[in-house]
Amino acid sequence: MTMQALPSGAPHTVWTEKTSWIDSVPRAVSMTLLFVAFILFWTALTWSSVVSPIILPSPAETLKQIIYVGHNLLIGDYMLTALYITLQEVFYSFLLALFLGFSLGILVGETIFGERAVMPYLVALDTMPKVAFAPIFIAWLGFGIESKVALATFIAAFPIIVGTAAGLHSADENSRMLFKTMGASRFQTLLKMKLPMGMPQFFTGLKIGTVGVMAGAITGEFLGGGKGFGELIRVASTNLNTARVFALIIFLSLIGLSLYLLVGWLQRRLVFWQKSGLLGDGF
Amino acid sequence: MSLQSSEQENSGAEGRPVFVLEQVSKHFPRRNVHALDRVNLTMREGRFYSVIGSSGCGKSTLLKIMAGLQPPSSGSVMLEGKPVLGPRHDIGMMFQQATLLPWRTTLENVVLPIEIRDGKSAALAAHEKAQKLLTLVGLTGFESVYPSELSGGMAQRAAICRMLISEPSVLLLDEPFSALDELTREFMNMELQRICMERKATAFLVTHSIPEAVILSDNVFVMSSRPGRFVEEIVVNLPRPRTLSMLTSPEFGELVDRIRKNLDAQSFL
Repeated sequence: MTMQALPSGAPHTVWTEKTSWIDSVPRAVSMTLLFVAFILFWTALTWSSVVSPIILPSPAETLKQIIYVGHNLLIGDYMLTALYITLQEVFYSFLLALFLGFSLGILVGETIFGERAVMPYLVALDTMPKVAFAPIFIAWLGFGIESKVALATFIAAFPIIVGTAAGLHSADENSRMLFKTMGASRFQTLLKMKLPMGMPQFFTGLKIGTVGVMAGAITGEFLGGGKGFGELIRVASTNLNTARVFALIIFLSLIGLSLYLLVGWLQRRLVFWQKSGLLGDGF
Repeated sequence: MSLQSSEQENSGAEGRPVFVLEQVSKHFPRRNVHALDRVNLTMREGRFYSVIGSSGCGKSTLLKIMAGLQPPSSGSVMLEGKPVLGPRHDIGMMFQQATLLPWRTTLENVVLPIEIRDGKSAALAAHEKAQKLLTLVGLTGFESVYPSELSGGMAQRAAICRMLISEPSVLLLDEPFSALDELTREFMNMELQRICMERKATAFLVTHSIPEAVILSDNVFVMSSRPGRFVEEIVVNLPRPRTLSMLTSPEFGELVDRIRKNLDAQSFL
């Protein structure tokens, strides 16, 4: 093999690392493009009448319903009342799941008793299909928001328990030794080292729990004659008003998203020392 | 009382005994391992001691027993005339990792032992003292910086300050600079010597590095493994302050050779 001299004389010595073109598209552009592509695909699907509008309404029809629901909410009509009920369920079950999950998580993660004796029962409970408990909650707590709050809490508490416990276990051997040599009490070690150290895992659990709260509240309304957004969805679906169902789901997802973003904001404030790239949730 | 007579016998010994270990043994019955076998050690005020040995020879167990993190199976451990029966505030410890809490600034990390011992207001009152320590180790200007912004060497400097803030009677150093690169490590060793001399600290270093042990110490103990015991004590009479140029002097080479022969004599299996 012989090397051929470049005709221009000096060989190229400067080069640049190549990035894939798809990774170098600005975020706003790529997100918009994805959205437009999705809508176009959806439109094409409905125009071609492959699927009936009862099964899949057109984007235009859905937009009409979004405006209708938005208007109804703005003028404070019956939908706002329903939204208020669902928001209450979400709010209470979020706080309850947070409290229960955090305290049980500490019991399980900090004490040997909790880890050995309590955790197996919690795992057994967690593996049960929690929705199946809905009739029991209704029997115990009635058709009001209490039974929905119970179901949502039940669903959301587990990831928070697991996240908290995993967080407490994440403290490294060196930090534990350091606190021991400083003569720190168990409570001091928990408060000043283990809890802050475990915040990233706790927040991961809390984010999963947030999603669970939404799912639990709506499922509870489906199954137990609620008066919130879940009930509106059920009614619209019974009336074969699929576009309305879509519109209601979009508003629901906005609530879920705000809650998720609120938790993410809290995480960035409290766990400021964690590299944001590790959050891994795109926000 | 017998300590006073031994003081006259040992030519390299001067000063008051601070840390005295007598016939300290550690046996792990579960694994049937004799980690330590009748270890005797007297540390005198202001002197620097090292223990060197292969991995798993019981160095870490010895250090944990000295720090009160683990009870010995038999024997006595006395610090300042009082038995060590658990972690004590007059013991300062440093690990291979700086182990700074990432949510605390450098200054807040340094005053942590005070906060644990005496509460928040005492920690606040100790800020001035922490500031002086940071100046001592050359970290002026990094008080309110978070650990993620410190280099490995800087983090270990902060860890030194955290160890010194509670004015411990003895410093226990568990391979403190072994995670640093060679150049930084040599430099940090000189810094450690300067700090120890300035504060007349009594220190005990666990290390894998023969040159490190020799350049820093007044007394080097060579440890055998299974059972872990001191097989040789080498008194280093190189003048202080030691400098990095001593690393290539014939006396230094001789000492390193002597220690290496002692280490070679035992199995590394």
